Amino acid sequence: MAASTNGFKVIGTRPVRHDGVDKVTGRAKYGADYAFPGMLHGKVLRSPHAHAIIKSIKTDKASALPGVKAVITAEDWPVLSDKVEQGGEGPVNLAHLSLNLLARDKVLYDGHAVAAVAATSPHIADEALRLIEVDYEILPPVMTVEAAMKPGATIVLPNLRNKEEGPDKQTNIAAHIQFKRGDIEAAFKSADYVVEREFKTAMVHQGYIEPHNAVGIYNADGHGTIYCSTQGTFAVRGLTSALLGMPEGNIKVVPAEIGGGFGGKLTVYLEPLALLLSKKTGRPVKMVMTRGEVLRATGPTSGSTIRCKLGATKDGKLVAAHIWMGYEAGAFPGSPVGAGAMTIVAPYDIPNLLIDAYDVIVNRPKTAAYRAPGASNAAMASETIVDELAEKCGIDPCEFRIMNGAKEGTAQTAGPPYKRIGFLETVEAIKNSPHYKSKLEGPYRGRGVASGFWFNVGLQSSAVVNVHTDGTASLVIGSVDVGGTRAAQAMIVAEVLGIDVNDVRPLVADTDSIGHTDVTGGSRTAVTTGLAVFQASQDVVRQLKERAAKVWEKKPEEVTFENGVLGAKGEGIKPMTVKEIAGRLARTGGPVTGRATVNARSVGPSFASTCVDLEVDPDTGKVQILRATIAQDAGKAIHPSYVEGQMQGGTAQGIGWALNEEYFYDDKGTLRNTGLLDYRMPTCLDVPLIETVIVEVPAPGHPIGSRGVGEVSIVPPLAAVANAIYHATGVRMTELPMSPPRLLKAMLKKRGAAESQAAAAGR
Amino acid sequence: MTKKIVVETTINGEPTEFLCEPRQSLLECLRDVLELTGSKEGCLTGDCGACTVIVDGRAACSCLIMGPEAQGKNIQTVEGLATGSTLHVLQQQYLEHASLQCGICTPGFLMSSKALLDRNPHPTEAEIRYALAGNLCRCTGYDKIVRAVMDAAKSAGAKMGTGATTRGPSPKEMTEQFVKEGK
Amino acid sequence: MHAINYEAPKTVDEAVKLLAAHGEKARPLCGGTDLIIQMRAGVRRPEYVVDVKNIAEMRRISFDLQHGLRLGAAAPAIEIHENADMRKYYPGLTEAAHLIGSLQIQSRASVGGNVCNGSPAADTTPALIAVGAKCRVVGAKGERLVPVEEFCTGPGATVLRPGELLVEFQIPSPARHSSDAYLRFIPRNEMDIAVVGVGAALTLDLDDERCVEARIGLGAVGPTPIFAKDASQALVGKKLDNAAIERAAQSAVAASSPIDDMRGTAEYRRHVVGVLTRRVLAKAAERARMSDQSR
Repeated sequence: MAASTNGFKVIGTRPVRHDGVDKVTGRAKYGADYAFPGMLHGKVLRSPHAHAIIKSIKTDKASALPGVKAVITAEDWPVLSDKVEQGGEGPVNLAHLSLNLLARDKVLYDGHAVAAVAATSPHIADEALRLIEVDYEILPPVMTVEAAMKPGATIVLPNLRNKEEGPDKQTNIAAHIQFKRGDIEAAFKSADYVVEREFKTAMVHQGYIEPHNAVGIYNADGHGTIYCSTQGTFAVRGLTSALLGMPEGNIKVVPAEIGGGFGGKLTVYLEPLALLLSKKTGRPVKMVMTRGEVLRATGPTSGSTIRCKLGATKDGKLVAAHIWMGYEAGAFPGSPVGAGAMTIVAPYDIPNLLIDAYDVIVNRPKTAAYRAPGASNAAMASETIVDELAEKCGIDPCEFRIMNGAKEGTAQTAGPPYKRIGFLETVEAIKNSPHYKSKLEGPYRGRGVASGFWFNVGLQSSAVVNVHTDGTASLVIGSVDVGGTRAAQAMIVAEVLGIDVNDVRPLVADTDSIGHTDVTGGSRTAVTTGLAVFQASQDVVRQLKERAAKVWEKKPEEVTFENGVLGAKGEGIKPMTVKEIAGRLARTGGPVTGRATVNARSVGPSFASTCVDLEVDPDTGKVQILRATIAQDAGKAIHPSYVEGQMQGGTAQGIGWALNEEYFYDDKGTLRNTGLLDYRMPTCLDVPLIETVIVEVPAPGHPIGSRGVGEVSIVPPLAAVANAIYHATGVRMTELPMSPPRLLKAMLKKRGAAESQAAAAGR
Repeated sequence: MTKKIVVETTINGEPTEFLCEPRQSLLECLRDVLELTGSKEGCLTGDCGACTVIVDGRAACSCLIMGPEAQGKNIQTVEGLATGSTLHVLQQQYLEHASLQCGICTPGFLMSSKALLDRNPHPTEAEIRYALAGNLCRCTGYDKIVRAVMDAAKSAGAKMGTGATTRGPSPKEMTEQFVKEGK
Repeated sequence: MHAINYEAPKTVDEAVKLLAAHGEKARPLCGGTDLIIQMRAGVRRPEYVVDVKNIAEMRRISFDLQHGLRLGAAAPAIEIHENADMRKYYPGLTEAAHLIGSLQIQSRASVGGNVCNGSPAADTTPALIAVGAKCRVVGAKGERLVPVEEFCTGPGATVLRPGELLVEFQIPSPARHSSDAYLRFIPRNEMDIAVVGVGAALTLDLDDERCVEARIGLGAVGPTPIFAKDASQALVGKKLDNAAIERAAQSAVAASSPIDDMRGTAEYRRHVVGVLTRRVLAKAAERARMSDQSR
């Protein structure tokens, strides 16, 4: 529940967020809210075919439509080589990115961008798209991991090669990653129980409510400004500069408020197009995606096939793991299968393992990160098998996890051993929760538990703290605020400076106004930007001490600072508050600005464990979630309400992923559910109140002890729901989502088998 | 393009006249013509509720109303929820409860919540969830939104100030209350 | 969206004149919850959009025990739900209207629009079939009454000719000891299109528990909503016991011809038709037993 403040005065409290009033009054400006004089509206023409050669594109009719000011295709920007550049959370292949934003020669998925127009109204732009004539030669689509990996499969990217198959072999396999340790053959022999199952999970979307947007304003002097809702302004700048061939320093990216990202807004789709259209027309160009475009042509996360085999002794000790994972990358390489492989058994101490992970190209949109990318698919497989093994051993599922749980010193799947982590504490928290202790009664009701792991990245952040003459402070950071982090950052300043949190004004700045700051993602913002903010605040304190020293004619080392008060030993020395010294800055040397930049290593990962109660309608297969509790290790929660919010949000997304969310493609490779009617995310009526337990096992090496909190909550729920369904119905589901038709089919099959068994026994 | 027409409405209590093409939705008229960008576009198919406004006392998706249909109607948007600089109790409770993370769904939720409380001042949790089922939130899992509406209903009628400092139960008291209730 | 002309007639006559004048190029606009989406998607591109919401005759809900119900085609679903007579005498139809979507959708969407959209999955059509509704269609050349089960002719298609307008539904007064119910299956708890919808209306003879009249309507399990005639007839004159209900359910399953689509498989839908038919008959029967329409 609520985290204690533990000696902190501000950290751990729950002030109202600084941007709150703007957001509840409609004043906050999101990307689509911007308007500029003379602004045009841009729209994108998208392929209706999953796989086709572009034979020709005729744009003259579109250009002739009154109100249309420019039409562009891939011919209008540079061809990029396979250069790799630092993008959002890691390396980005620029050629692929460029082709993804505007197809050249081939279209690779239903929705692939082919051309764009700018016109005086969005309606005219839409009508103009209808006038663009594209001649396609349709090719057979490759839609699944299995189809793509089959020998003789249609090749999607003719130039793709992988190391294993060599430079002469065309392939749909972009990468094969393997992790290996110990001797799994011997270990499985020694196991008393071995469970092996094959899982299939469907492609799902992050489902942020705000569609992608961008306003591009190109100036005659070759400089450009982009307003957009993004998780990473510097990523947008870097990628746009590469795609357009513009110097990076000529582009300023201004962060609008963002209506959700979850990893899907770490890259670019519209920004370079808007800026290019602005260059061609000499006017600002605004582009906003429709929901259909968001689903068809942004970055959902991989559907996957996972074959998972785990072995345990009858005492409940996990001894071996043998896993095969194939993840859909979409039309270009880059699925999160590597992360999936590194997380799949991360919560456990398993001495013998072999994991083969494949990044597979299919005619679907290029996947993008979705909150702990790759880990939820993986946990669906491993955490349900763990549940099965626990049952076979006759051990409570929480106990089983505690027995095998990773702790400080346990080897990770890849990388150094864990430092201090809080996995066991999250399981204990579930075990001791009122939820877990309560009795669940009634037919077709079941309880499921599962755990999850996610890394927290470090990366670069900058922060500046300006002290004002009235003793208040403004904080300038580059981290876009998706979920309340600017409040947390302000709280850090208030804590260090000993001033009221409402006397700190946090500002998320554009790429000219703050030093390089990597994306808001990877569960890094409160922690790593927080580190920069902490250090910048300390820099302020150091300077204030110097000023006080000047006033008192002392050495700075002789000045103390505690709870916002400067003091020193000596006759007639009256302590000064920050407010008081602030009034004297001009006469002691001028303004005081603290700054810090960090390039942090990860502070260490976070774990979560989740418990779900549910009820199944035996006649229809419909699932009602009755109760849900999540325990997550936050290290130290800076603003507990927003930490709880991350936990609850990820849990709800996981429930949707488990029960009803999936991409439906027909046999032509056309996406059938291009709207929120048939891409079914949980509504308010589909989830109960979600109980949260914030576990705090401080992250070593971080001044506040905070761990990243944004992602791990989405990892356990899929398996928790699957385990609960098993305990409610006796059916082990291995395909996601566990929608009513699938679940009913499985239940009827089980009933049918039971009936024939009983009938046979009765003879 | 057909000729634009003049539409006369009342918006947030103010008689308002605007010019629009018949094919422009009420949402577009609010955002692009009247510069009231508080109502948001999320899906354009009435499935997410981000564009919810109150028309003649009923919550409706403004993306599914054409500009001309607004003729003679009484429309409330999020921009009109506060009274001057005094926040509506719902706005205050959403802030206290941290019911928003990215905030894009918040205007729609506020209007649906208001439409609910205007008709049913003391709803149960189930009634709240039903009334808000047409508003999607992807960030919060709805928990803190529902709690905010429940508390707003309890203290309905109390007008809250704009200060970031609290009136009513403080965060610390609410925390203790939650702990007591085992939430 | 393509360019449109907007008209807002005040009477049925005016509306019909406009529709007749523009023929295929015109489309009535009621709640807009289907048409606006279709126009945006480019699926329907009428040049003239004729808003019928200002026509008082089309918005009224008037009921009396003698004449039954005249339900204006343009009355929004939420007004149906808030109408005490509707809730008392046609609870199933009211339920169906209340399920059309979220409250935001219900404040706009109309039963007329739901039916004229011609979706086989419309929620109100099975309930209208169950209560024996007739559609009053007005055109330049006169009026006609179409039984609702004949109104939809295929996915998205109805018997309406260019220039014709569905003005109201005429529904007989429920007999003594009769009532109706509507159930649908959706994967979430709200906001979904029906995967299967079943409406039933029953009249019971309370003395011997026999069913005097029965009508069962099915939605989302065929190219049009279905009047399950055989299933309905199978109940008439029979005691409403589990065996009779089971037979009716099987017959309803046999009457349905669902497809596989992204909302469900055919196999699944057939199974759920059986499940919902059983449940809805039980509900309608319970209500029928409790109802006492005094004359």
